[in-house]
Amino acid sequence: MSKKILEIIGLTREFGIGNSTMKAVDNVSLSLEKGQILGVVGESGSGKSTLARIVMALDKPTAGNVLFENEDIFALSASKLRRLRSNFQMIFQDPYGSLDPRHKISRIIAEPLHLEANAPRGKALRDRIGKLLEEVGLAAEDMDKYPHEFSGGQRQRVAIARALITKPKLIVADEATSALDLTVQAQILKLILEMRDTHGISVLFITHNIGVVDEICDSVAVMQSGKLVETGPVRQVLDNPRESYTKRLLSAEPTLDKIGRKKHQVSESPP
Amino acid sequence: MMLEIKDLKVGFQNEVGPATDVVHGISFSLGKGETLGIVGESGSGKSVLSLATIGLLPKTAKATGEILFNGEDILTMSERELCKLRGSRIGMIFQEPMTALNPAMKVGSQIAEALRLHSNISRADANAEALRLLEMVKIPDAKRKMHSYPHEMSGGQRQRVGIAIALSLKPDLLIADEPTTALDVTVQAEILDILDDLVTELGIALILISHDLGVIARIADRTLVMYRGNEMEQGETERVLRQPSHDYTRKLLSALPRRARAGLDVMAPTTLGDSV
Repeated sequence: MSKKILEIIGLTREFGIGNSTMKAVDNVSLSLEKGQILGVVGESGSGKSTLARIVMALDKPTAGNVLFENEDIFALSASKLRRLRSNFQMIFQDPYGSLDPRHKISRIIAEPLHLEANAPRGKALRDRIGKLLEEVGLAAEDMDKYPHEFSGGQRQRVAIARALITKPKLIVADEATSALDLTVQAQILKLILEMRDTHGISVLFITHNIGVVDEICDSVAVMQSGKLVETGPVRQVLDNPRESYTKRLLSAEPTLDKIGRKKHQVSESPP
Repeated sequence: MMLEIKDLKVGFQNEVGPATDVVHGISFSLGKGETLGIVGESGSGKSVLSLATIGLLPKTAKATGEILFNGEDILTMSERELCKLRGSRIGMIFQEPMTALNPAMKVGSQIAEALRLHSNISRADANAEALRLLEMVKIPDAKRKMHSYPHEMSGGQRQRVGIAIALSLKPDLLIADEPTTALDVTVQAEILDILDDLVTELGIALILISHDLGVIARIADRTLVMYRGNEMEQGETERVLRQPSHDYTRKLLSALPRRARAGLDVMAPTTLGDSV
């Protein structure tokens, strides 16, 4: 029995543009072990979000397979896939766009339970929502509020609670902290780590930010123009990158290594 | 000093109840060839501060204090006077280059438009100048790109066009509000390089607003840290980042991913030792 929760094998997704096609994802193979966090890092157009959508079975690959606990999700019947869906949940980038403004928090969080036949109802359901809200750092009473009553970081906590309600084994987070302030981002990253530690959830963490990968991921896959550039344990790839693109990404990240404008560094050169 | 802001306060009127004050007395000054970084999280008032500086506050806003631009107070100017100032003396670059550009107009014409509106030059001269500006912001194949529409360009190229427009009338002051936030990191690095070179070469003053201390560290001579409309501290960027005098600055620094603040952690003991 493999410890792998997710295996992506030779995944390709082509989109037609006029008479030609472009490969948004080009023969990508990756695997994620139970309880681990795999970061997929890349710039715009790298195919990282297309990859996330396919792993969530929101889109179909042109070629290749996605195995969830050794089961090919695209070989399943529609009803079997629907039952499997409670095992993987998604957190989106924009906490303003991803929560229905007309629904109370309780309804938003309970929504994924529609997938479950014997989901809790009434008081049992409210208790579960309340407990989840407290787990993600909000208060149980918050379930009767509306999304507009919360800040961006709090909304992202609601989105995490919604992802947790079906007790999933895998969470796909697509730029889940990119729209947040830095101090809030740090809190949400901590929450994702706690979630992994207490529930043993595996996370596919899609991001453009290498600093965030360094912070919470166990392994990392670097993507560029649909192709996998480099993958491996996070320390190996970030500390000793083999590929020039990875090096370029690492050096472009603004850090506080050097403080000061360029002119101060080249001021010796004659005019 | 080219720009001097003294005790600027901005509040927004509400339909009922008292006004909501969003900037509570900010002061700073900025000279030619200097870059001021303004850093703060959402709700810090940094964008309102920049809108006030270019005279673009909405009618519901009430500003007090002084914004002296080359000695003249922007807060007391008429709309007519402001129109002459905006674009020609003060340029602005926005976060979203796609929404800041006109989608139905070729980029060459968009740059030339500003030139033709503010000065009496011929179409041919304006186009020649537009091409020169595109080359200045290092757009590859600038001659052909003159005839492109914004949607045909990448995000980084669009932002370069935004910078070219902002610089077309040779302003004294450039305000850039999160100019690289929507861009990939490798493109961000290029845009910051271009802005930095322009400040040095053209001797303009730059106010760069960002939530990212890494960006501020790269480009700002001095840094103003804002939180909920108040100044937390301001000073030389190196001093603010290496020896922050306010807890909020320390909190911002510690919220940075480890990788981004690594250089700082190494420096911390020495700077501490120096100050004792």
